[in-house]
Amino acid sequence: MLHGVLSIAAAAEETRNPLIPEWYDIIWSSVCFIVLFVFFWRVALPRMKKLLDERGEAIEGNIAKADEAQRQAEAALEQYTAQLADARAEAGKIREGAREDGKKIVSEARETASSEAGRITAAAQAQIEAERQAAVVSLRSEVGTLAIDLASGVIGESLTDDKRASAIVDRFLADLEADESATAGKK
Amino acid sequence: MNLLVQTANDDGGFHAPSILEFFPPALLFEGTPFEINRIMIIRFIAVIAVVLIFWLGTRNMRMVPGRFQSIVEMGLDFVRVSVAEDLLGRKDGKRFLPLLTTIFFMVLFMNLTGIIPFLNIAGTSVIGVPLVLAIIAYVVFIYAGIKKSPANFFKNALFPPGVPLFLYIIVTPIEFVSTFILRPITLTLRLLMNMVVGHLLLVLFFSATSFFLLMFNWYSLFSVGTIAFGLAFTLFEILVAVLQAYVFTLLTAVYVQLAVAEEH
Repeated sequence: MLHGVLSIAAAAEETRNPLIPEWYDIIWSSVCFIVLFVFFWRVALPRMKKLLDERGEAIEGNIAKADEAQRQAEAALEQYTAQLADARAEAGKIREGAREDGKKIVSEARETASSEAGRITAAAQAQIEAERQAAVVSLRSEVGTLAIDLASGVIGESLTDDKRASAIVDRFLADLEADESATAGKK
Repeated sequence: MNLLVQTANDDGGFHAPSILEFFPPALLFEGTPFEINRIMIIRFIAVIAVVLIFWLGTRNMRMVPGRFQSIVEMGLDFVRVSVAEDLLGRKDGKRFLPLLTTIFFMVLFMNLTGIIPFLNIAGTSVIGVPLVLAIIAYVVFIYAGIKKSPANFFKNALFPPGVPLFLYIIVTPIEFVSTFILRPITLTLRLLMNMVVGHLLLVLFFSATSFFLLMFNWYSLFSVGTIAFGLAFTLFEILVAVLQAYVFTLLTAVYVQLAVAEEH
């Protein structure tokens, strides 16, 4: 059918110059242009511009947010480092204190031990002294008796007069002691 | 011519493409300045497609675009960044962006109707659209130049600096013809002829294919070759459609840029 129409058109007009515009062609082209121009100018491009502005703002906002986060992180790190240093100092202090305490405890123990040892030594010496005294006292009487017996045997006389005998012995022992203390004093 | 068209009435005859392809019979308002034929309707379809796509694509824009929005943004950004801002700078680019965007998408979509099935002819293959757009570009660049500085504009356009004085006798008429006469003509003809020839080639290949195929003999094998060429040229026409839209927009931007430039 189109062919038929074409042939009629061809019969009517042998040929057409494509460079000569028809009025309707110009008019409808202008209408198309105006419609599109108004559409892009008033609708599409302002929407696009709005979006681009919003996107730019969002990007800037995000950058600001990232900066803020960075700053916070840095502050937190600083705080953490400070805390760590504090803790370290604290730990050092505690360690130092513990060392001091230990030293004190050791020295106290040592003191206690040495005083205890002194006390024990003193007690032992006192006991020894007491025992020596006891031995001296018992020896004195024994030695006295023995010496009297010996002397009785030697002089052939009974020195039974105990009063005299004990006086002699006492004197002798006193001499002896005096002698002893004299030698000790000389030393 | 008559003979060929007559034979076209016989089924299977060879329908040679002719210039009458671009003057289809009127459908409405015949004989008035508002006559509407098939090509006018195709233009309306292209306009509706542009408005629909960009209206939907920009209706509910998200900060993080979806697929469709990305494509629409890419199209608008292409004109904005690589044509308007690249050539005219930020300030002037913004001023002329609506015009450049309109020219680009109007030409692009009207070119593409040439390869869309059932439309099959470019809206720009009749002189109206290229001519109207070229006249608009012409008026706009002269307006831009005069508004910026009339003296500077005409001096730059007609008396390019750095030419020996006596050569202006030759240079000035040449510059006048090239700037004020040839620019709109070349803009019009470049687009128009690309689309006319593209359409004629496609018609030639596909009508030859049908002609050979319907012979039902060994000659039918030729149809394989002709349809292959037809498909190849269809792809080529897509390229031409995009390229011509870009070239038209770019040249408009260049003319405006030259008009508002301080110095050449």
